[in-house]
Amino acid sequence: MNILTLVRQVPDAEARVKINAQAVDLEGTTLVIDGMDEYGVEEALRLRESGAAVEQIIALAVGPKRVEDALRTALAMGVDRAIHVETSERLDAVALSRIVAQIAQAENIGLILVGGQEADWDSQALGAATAERLGWPQLTWTNELKIEGDVLTGRHDVDDGNESFRATLPAVVTTQQGLNEPRYPTLPNIMKAKKKELRKDDLSQYGVQPMVRYVNAEIQTRARRNHMIDGKDPQAAAAQLLELLRNEAKVLS
Amino acid sequence: MILIVAEHAGGKLGKSTLEMVTAARESGREGPITLLVLGSGVAEVANASAAYADQVLVADLPELATYNAELWAAATAQIAQEGEASTVMIGGSRSGREYAPRVAVKLDAPYLEDAIRLTSSGSALQAQRYTYLARVTETVEAEGPVIVVTVKPGSFAPAQAAGTAGEQYDVELTLPTPRVEVTGKSVEKTSRVALTEADVIVTGGRGVGSPENFSAYVEGLADAIGAGVGATRAVVDAGWRPYAEQVGQTGKTVQPGAYIALGVSGAVQHLSGMGKSKHIIAINKDAEAPIFKVADYGIVGDVNQIVPALIAEARK
Ligand SMILES: Cc1cc2nc3c(=O)[nH]c(=O)nc-3n(C[C@H](O)[C@H](O)[C@H](O)COP(=O)(O)OP(=O)(O)OC[C@H]3O[C@@H](n4cnc5c(N)ncnc54)[C@H](O)[C@@H]3O)c2cc1C
Repeated sequence: MNILTLVRQVPDAEARVKINAQAVDLEGTTLVIDGMDEYGVEEALRLRESGAAVEQIIALAVGPKRVEDALRTALAMGVDRAIHVETSERLDAVALSRIVAQIAQAENIGLILVGGQEADWDSQALGAATAERLGWPQLTWTNELKIEGDVLTGRHDVDDGNESFRATLPAVVTTQQGLNEPRYPTLPNIMKAKKKELRKDDLSQYGVQPMVRYVNAEIQTRARRNHMIDGKDPQAAAAQLLELLRNEAKVLS
Repeated sequence: MILIVAEHAGGKLGKSTLEMVTAARESGREGPITLLVLGSGVAEVANASAAYADQVLVADLPELATYNAELWAAATAQIAQEGEASTVMIGGSRSGREYAPRVAVKLDAPYLEDAIRLTSSGSALQAQRYTYLARVTETVEAEGPVIVVTVKPGSFAPAQAAGTAGEQYDVELTLPTPRVEVTGKSVEKTSRVALTEADVIVTGGRGVGSPENFSAYVEGLADAIGAGVGATRAVVDAGWRPYAEQVGQTGKTVQPGAYIALGVSGAVQHLSGMGKSKHIIAINKDAEAPIFKVADYGIVGDVNQIVPALIAEARK
């Protein structure tokens, strides 16, 4: 079986977000592989290391030239080869799922791993949209995973708690913190990664059009009162805070 | 029609359903407002729904007793097609955002995810949504005979009941066999108000010190003022609290009238889940803690001293 692991490139979580010409401007921002996707890369490697019959692990990224860096990170972590569909067009998850599904079919994929939520666009849709296109089951917010033969078992979070599950491959799994601790690429592996295949595809091969238009972006600048109360006298501070909550904010009766 | 899939639990219509009714009324999209109730033994929910919609479609089937992404997607897409829906609205809960993309693919429709505002111009529907860990508000737009939307909980005021009750109809569904088998479930129940429904939330971070302190301070204060209880990821990972209480990027998104953070540092991943609360109150012994940057009211102090005083004061 081959595993496809999706890799996106996003600003580092602590990076400041800037807006220019009504869109987020990433110029000069430190970009990293999306942490949620990194759990997927790590999990693919661990599944192989745990003895599952994994032939190839393939990382896929769709995006501008710079996302190569994220693919190089995945290759240095241990992925076998990478596919980069190069485009500067922003594709919504439903459109993007067409590309992922086509590649999954062409590469004889049995398991797709994708981050549970994108750290830039906050979308959770790609895994589910891809699963629907392929007619596969999906497991979202997964924090435990095992493969035996073609049976996938594990645990994932749901609205009101968590569930253990069982499904037959092929399947789509969305990953999150808690699933594993991603490894750091070592220098020898970074060197080795340079020789691994990084295939370049053109977006036009996939016949995909965006279905959502991006109109505008604005930074959230909600003014907060920042009313600070000195905590040296706990009694007085408590009384003052409750008074503010009751009479100024009117959130307590 | 505007098809809204009702969210309900324990025989009660969820607040998020009423919020979607408001979203539908404000959206400018065409057609009567139709609530779709999926489940088993849902007569009560269907009756309650009738007050908010032009019509209520009910699928009361044993197969639908528990939520399943493939079944919910199949049912919703089928009804949307048969009813020639212009818009399909689904709650922006974890499960809603899980099956909504499948509905969009089935209908070959554009998908606007986690909308906080909806407006129409001509045949286009514009949605605002949060991106970049809720630090940016983005506007996106889609066009089509049918558009699938998830609505972020807490973003619209709950609708008032309409003057006349909508008619109820039973619907027939052709459902697939789900391919995921649930082999175990652990439901994290608390006796308190559900986080996404709570008007006031008290959240504890690692700064409260121990699971015992969490009970004494966080639960203690929540009980004294009638609030829900939240936790940071650090506290959940340490095993002090159940995951169901986690607020943040990988936990719940909440937007209460007041959010009281005790011993919480205010990491971006936490802020993304609570930064839109109407009032934010922080108690932290470190005056430099990032949580103070988003706070309306802040006390620099030790939770061990301030919180017992607060509880005593609140009980007065
Ligand atoms: C992919 C990813 C997803 C994540 N998702 C989430 C998420 O959903 N939710 C979430 O919360 N985090 C999430 N995190 C983790 C997040 O980055 C932080 O690590 C976490 O929020 C910190 O929790 P904390 O504030 O409780 O702990 P800490 O960062 O340890 O902060 C404790 C605070 O308590 C204060 N303090 C200590 N003692 C006292 C005292 N006696 N009195 C008063 N104050 C005191 C300290 O000054 C400090 O500010 C995520 C991280 C990653 C990488």
